[in-house]
Amino acid sequence: MKHLLSIDDLSAADITDLLDLTDHMVEIGQRPIPKVPALRGKNVVSLFFEDSTRTRTSFDTAAKRLSADTLNFAVSSSSVNKGESLRDTIETITAMGVDAFVVRHRSSGVPQMLTAWTTASVINAGDGWHQHPTQALLDCYTIRTGLNRRDGFDGLTVAVVGDVKHSRVARSDVDAFAKLGARVILVAPPTLLPTHVETWPVEVSHDLDSVLGELDVLYLLRVQRERMDDGLLPSLREYSTCYGLTAARAGALPGHALVMHPGPMNRGVEMVVDPGELPGSVILHQVANGVAVRMAVLFRLLGAGTDLKGHA
Amino acid sequence: MERSRRREVLSADDVGRALTRIAHEVVERNHGLDGVVLVGLQRGGVWVAEALAERLATAGAAPPIGTLDVSFHRDDVGLRPIVPGSVTEIGFALDGAAVVLCDDVLYTGRTVRAALEALNEYGRPRSVQLAVIVDRGHRELPIRPDYVGKNLPTSRDENVTATADGVVIE
Repeated sequence: MKHLLSIDDLSAADITDLLDLTDHMVEIGQRPIPKVPALRGKNVVSLFFEDSTRTRTSFDTAAKRLSADTLNFAVSSSSVNKGESLRDTIETITAMGVDAFVVRHRSSGVPQMLTAWTTASVINAGDGWHQHPTQALLDCYTIRTGLNRRDGFDGLTVAVVGDVKHSRVARSDVDAFAKLGARVILVAPPTLLPTHVETWPVEVSHDLDSVLGELDVLYLLRVQRERMDDGLLPSLREYSTCYGLTAARAGALPGHALVMHPGPMNRGVEMVVDPGELPGSVILHQVANGVAVRMAVLFRLLGAGTDLKGHA
Repeated sequence: MERSRRREVLSADDVGRALTRIAHEVVERNHGLDGVVLVGLQRGGVWVAEALAERLATAGAAPPIGTLDVSFHRDDVGLRPIVPGSVTEIGFALDGAAVVLCDDVLYTGRTVRAALEALNEYGRPRSVQLAVIVDRGHRELPIRPDYVGKNLPTSRDENVTATADGVVIE
C-alpha cells in the first residue's frame, strides 16, 4: 500500500488488517512512555488547506508517537498567498525530502492529483465531499471495540443521519461499514440525500423515529450551517425536531446501541441531548481511537519494507 | 531429500528438564523470587515464560507474567515486512523489578536488543536477565543469555524450532 486516498481502494481484509494493527497502537498509547522508534527518520508533512482541529492534531500525535518527524505546512502564511500553484508547492516540499503528505483540501480529488506530482505517500485527510478514509477507519475501530465485533459487522444495523449529500464522512463510512458487512440506513430529508443514492449499498429512510428501535449504531453527521443559505432546510429548528437526537429518541434506542458523531458537534441541532449523559455515546472514544488508527495507517504506508498483502 | 535433514536435538522430556533447571537457576541467582517477573517475547517466548512460571510456582510464589511484542522497536523496520504478534501485555509495574526475558531461540540478538529498548518504555527494572531454550550462536550484537536450555552449534541456513514438544533442526 503506497497511498490512502479512499476506502474504495481497500478490501474488507485490508480494513481488518489495519484495525488489527490499531490494537497494537492502542497498547503503545497506554504505555508510560507512549512512543516507539518505528518510523525514525521519516518525514511527514501535513498540508491542510481547510480548517481542522482533531484530524490535524491527531495525525501529528500519531506521527510523533512513531518517532517520525512532522512538519506543519501553514497554508495561510505560505507562498500559496503569493499565487504559487498547488503543484509548485508540492514539488518544492517534495524536494526537501518528504515520506508522506497528509492532505486536506476543499476540492475533491486533490490527494489523487498529488500522487502524480510527488514520490511520497499521500494520505487523504478529507477532500471536498469525496472521502475521509481515516475517519471511516477510526469509526470502524470504535464500533469494533464498542460492540466487540472483531470479525466484521455482519448482522449490525447502522443509521447514518443528516447531511449525507455534502458529507465526505458519510461517503467513507458507508463504504467501510458496508464492506465489513453492516446493514446501513441513511436517514435524511430528501434535499440532503445525494443524487444516485440508489447506487449506494444502503437503505434510505426519511423518518428517524421509525428506525431507532432496530439500531446497533446511530451515527449523527454534522449539520453544515453554511448549507442553510442554499435553501435545503427550512430551519435548523425544524431539522432538530425531525432528526435531532433528543432525550426521547435516545430512550428509544436499544440499550447496547452506540451513538457516534465525527465532530465538531452542533449542540442543540443534531445533538439536542447532552452526549455526556448518554450511556451509549462513544464520541470521545472516536477521538482517542483516531490517533491509534492514524498510527496504523502511517506504519502500514511507511514502515513495511514490502507490501504485506503482496498485491500481485 | 529435504526431510532427511530434519533432526530432533532435544525431546519433550529434555526441554522439560532444562526448564526445571533454569527455574532453579533463576531462584538461585535472584536469592528467591522477590521482585522477579517473567516477560515472554512475542510470539515464540510466550510459552517459555508460562512453562517457567509453572515450575517457579512449585518453588515458591508464581511470578507475574507479561508478554512483549517488539515489532515497532526492531532495527529492520522498512527493510522487510513486519508482522506484529499479539498485543503487548504487561499488567504490572517494571520499576525496580528483576525482569527475566524469555525466548525460544537466541540467534542474532537483534530481537533481544529491541526488547531491551521496548522495556524502557514501561519502567526502569533493577535488572534484566535473559532465558532461552536454545542458543544457536551467530550473534551480531554484544548480547549473551543468563540461562540457556542448550547451546546448539548451527549453520545459518538451518532452521531451529523450539517448543515444549522438543527442539528440532531442519
